[in-house]
Amino acid sequence: MAIEIEQPSVGLSKVAVSDTHGEDSPYFAGWKAYDENPYDELNNPLGVIQMGLAENQVSFDLLEEYLEEHSEASSWGKGASGFRENALFQDYHGLKSFRKAMASFMEQIRGGRVKFDPERVVLTAGATAANELLTFILADPGDALLVPTPYYPGFDRDLRWRTGVKIVPIHCDSSNNFQITPEALEAAYNNAKAMNIKVRGVLITNPSNPLGATIQRLVLEEILDFVTRKNIHLVSDEIYSGSVFSPTEFISVAEILEARKFKDSERVHIVYSLSKDLGLPGFRVGTIYSYNDKVVTTARRMSSFTLISSQTQHLLASMLSNKAFTENYIMINRERLRKRYEMIIEGLRSSGIECLKGNAGLFCWMNLSPLLDKPTREGELALWDSMLHEVKLNISPGSSCHCSEPGWFRVCFANMSELTLQVALKRIHIFMEKKGGERNQQIFSQ
Amino acid sequence: MRLLSRKATCNSHGQDSSYFLGWQEYEKNPYVEVRNPKGIIQMGLAENQLSFDLLESWLAKNPDAAGFKRDGESIFRELALFQDYHGLPDFKKALVEFMAETRGNKVTFNPNNLVLTAGATSANETLMFCLAEAGEAFLLPTPYYPGFDRDLKWRTGVEIVPIHCTSSNDFQITESALEEAYQEAQKRNLRVKGVLVTNPSNPLGTTMSRSELNLLIDFITAKSIHLISDEIYSGTVFRSPGFISVMEVLKDRNCHNTQVWNRVHIVYSLSKDLGLPGFRVGAIYSNDDMVVAAATKMSSFGLVSSQTQYLLSALLSDKKFTKNYISENQKRLKQRHRMLVMGLQNAGISCLKSNAGLFCWVDMRHLLRSNTFEAEMELWKKIVYDVRLNISPGSSCHCAEPGWFRVCFANMSEDTLNLAMQRLKAFVVESTAINGHNQSNCNYHSSKNSKRKSIPKWVFRLSSRDRDRDSDER
Repeated sequence: MAIEIEQPSVGLSKVAVSDTHGEDSPYFAGWKAYDENPYDELNNPLGVIQMGLAENQVSFDLLEEYLEEHSEASSWGKGASGFRENALFQDYHGLKSFRKAMASFMEQIRGGRVKFDPERVVLTAGATAANELLTFILADPGDALLVPTPYYPGFDRDLRWRTGVKIVPIHCDSSNNFQITPEALEAAYNNAKAMNIKVRGVLITNPSNPLGATIQRLVLEEILDFVTRKNIHLVSDEIYSGSVFSPTEFISVAEILEARKFKDSERVHIVYSLSKDLGLPGFRVGTIYSYNDKVVTTARRMSSFTLISSQTQHLLASMLSNKAFTENYIMINRERLRKRYEMIIEGLRSSGIECLKGNAGLFCWMNLSPLLDKPTREGELALWDSMLHEVKLNISPGSSCHCSEPGWFRVCFANMSELTLQVALKRIHIFMEKKGGERNQQIFSQ
Repeated sequence: MRLLSRKATCNSHGQDSSYFLGWQEYEKNPYVEVRNPKGIIQMGLAENQLSFDLLESWLAKNPDAAGFKRDGESIFRELALFQDYHGLPDFKKALVEFMAETRGNKVTFNPNNLVLTAGATSANETLMFCLAEAGEAFLLPTPYYPGFDRDLKWRTGVEIVPIHCTSSNDFQITESALEEAYQEAQKRNLRVKGVLVTNPSNPLGTTMSRSELNLLIDFITAKSIHLISDEIYSGTVFRSPGFISVMEVLKDRNCHNTQVWNRVHIVYSLSKDLGLPGFRVGAIYSNDDMVVAAATKMSSFGLVSSQTQYLLSALLSDKKFTKNYISENQKRLKQRHRMLVMGLQNAGISCLKSNAGLFCWVDMRHLLRSNTFEAEMELWKKIVYDVRLNISPGSSCHCAEPGWFRVCFANMSEDTLNLAMQRLKAFVVESTAINGHNQSNCNYHSSKNSKRKSIPKWVFRLSSRDRDRDSDER
């Protein structure tokens, strides 16, 4: 029974009562609609299909197979010391074997084109924690990070909520496939300056969420030059790096730094996680890789607030140090994601819908602007609403990603079976035909 | 380039304190029974290593729990995808039942009011973020766990104002001490948002009396502030008086429909009772829905691994296991505690009478050259370097009186504990003998240590250079 108290509970902090956690946005409203009426092939075939969840469910069989064959990963062996040692291990340096395995896995994803030093790997409970932690380290309350739009809605909470740091957007648009330009960088920087806000860094997601595309080498070079000129940081969230469909198309900022012989590298920090590439969001495995010694030391200490369970470190150390397994996994996972991507692109195209050309990630960036009643945010939300309630698909409206152009939507394709994806595409097809019919009616009756 | 935040460059992580320096010395020369018998024995680590066999045997009998299986069926996929910050329902249910069990079932907890966090470290920080602004203060009774300086203050900007407790009344909290602390905060222009206590206490190893708890409730009611009760050691109470949780007192006082009911929050963890600090399992319990809601969202920054939640939900749902574990663990702690107390007594050293925790609060005031913290540091260094025991000096716990030390007893074998006691006795005997010959007791010559180690200069400086510390311990 709720206790009735007239005023808000005495003395909660501003942070606690603010809505900077962002959970009142449509991004989360769609979730709710899905939770209330979830699609199920057998039991609820007319329910809402969840396409707003960037999860990777296409390669679990590979993980399960590994676990079957390597029971030592999920147990502690016969000797007494295994369990005890693991249960006691709370060193914020993290399990050495796991750090090594993580560094080597990150190298493999980048085709061996870069080297990662395990001593620079800091472990955190997920990329969510990694991004917040870096923000605490790189910026003071009231300062800003520049983030290209459209961006992952969670950043509003992760980078701002408890840190008091602001996000100033770097506006990108479809005129050049939403790529970041030097002009846009300068404009964002000056925008912050005009508001008397100190810029501490740029945060990019590469491959991009929600665009589903890698950032080109030239653009990365420009960004690096920009942050060097302004003497600020660069955080590269490479959480989707293992989900690039073609192995050669992803260029990590690490590669650029190596090519520059690490000049000015102490301002660069990479965030990674196993939540997307390995499909293990529940295990809370994130990392910060920094080229700055002081950041590594401080991040390590701060990671006390967000350590990875030693049980999980043990499991993943085993899995990721098995090179045969990881090589195979990376290759097959890429292939399956590529196939899924092609399926959805084809399905959408045949319904008359175009997407941004993508090459990575667990989603595509779909252009529904031709369908908007009005080319405004309201128009977009109205369309989103009908997608949710008529077509029964939960997709993410671009406005929740701070996209400056209305009409774009992020649609996930890896968190469901192929059959379900087909059902979703069918529904879209029917919806588009109806829309087309309505259009024709309108034209006819004019 | 001035590239990092103030938080990154300040010293609030607290890692330059002596608490951590002793650690470093231990790391350089750790005692190992066969290979390094002259090494430093770690007695500064509040770990519970006494009951692993019980856990190990349960694991051997229940392989599904760690094998991602439920009733023989794989639930790997389900667990791998589960990142809901509301936590695994089965786990929260099992955890609140375990919490009730360790409180003799005198209180029950609603799993919907429990928020899971990656350890109590995370829980305490999260509560600060929820209850206070940067620049506001929490009152903490001294002596307190050194880690609080980092956990409560570092990223939150919250201040700690001490409630001074002394040996005159066994370090219990008094009304005047509370008032004084509150006034002190006012003087420093700090708005007090609450009191945080650890019950059972670290480093004292004592449970709070009912009258102390009543006092606290009266105080927070009068000042309209919060009370956080960190009950991380609640399962380590091994003799009477038993453990009284603040929730029990609230219940007994019929506070259920009053404002104070919503302002009391409990922190818990499985790191001490179950000896699983590596698994990062902490929790916040609050009767205030807004606190629960805010803390739940914040837990996104430190969720408990679903793999671990599942394992522990199976373990803690086994009531036969938990009943046996709780009682057996307490028995073993009691016995170990007695060993330490007797060993100390044998060396002419007494300690605070205690009934809980993984350590004793040891009185070495009579071994101090003078009643000062400098003398305490001198004594501590002798104990670390000459006696080769890493114990925690009271000053690192902000104790108001010099001469007290926290000595852990549950993180080593019986043999090692015995050896530690022998070394200590030898030290006391020698230094007493030396005292007998000359008035000052400055120079202790270790007969066991032929090359006397000169104390490196850095030990005398609490410098602000970065030091890496390997672990994160209470």
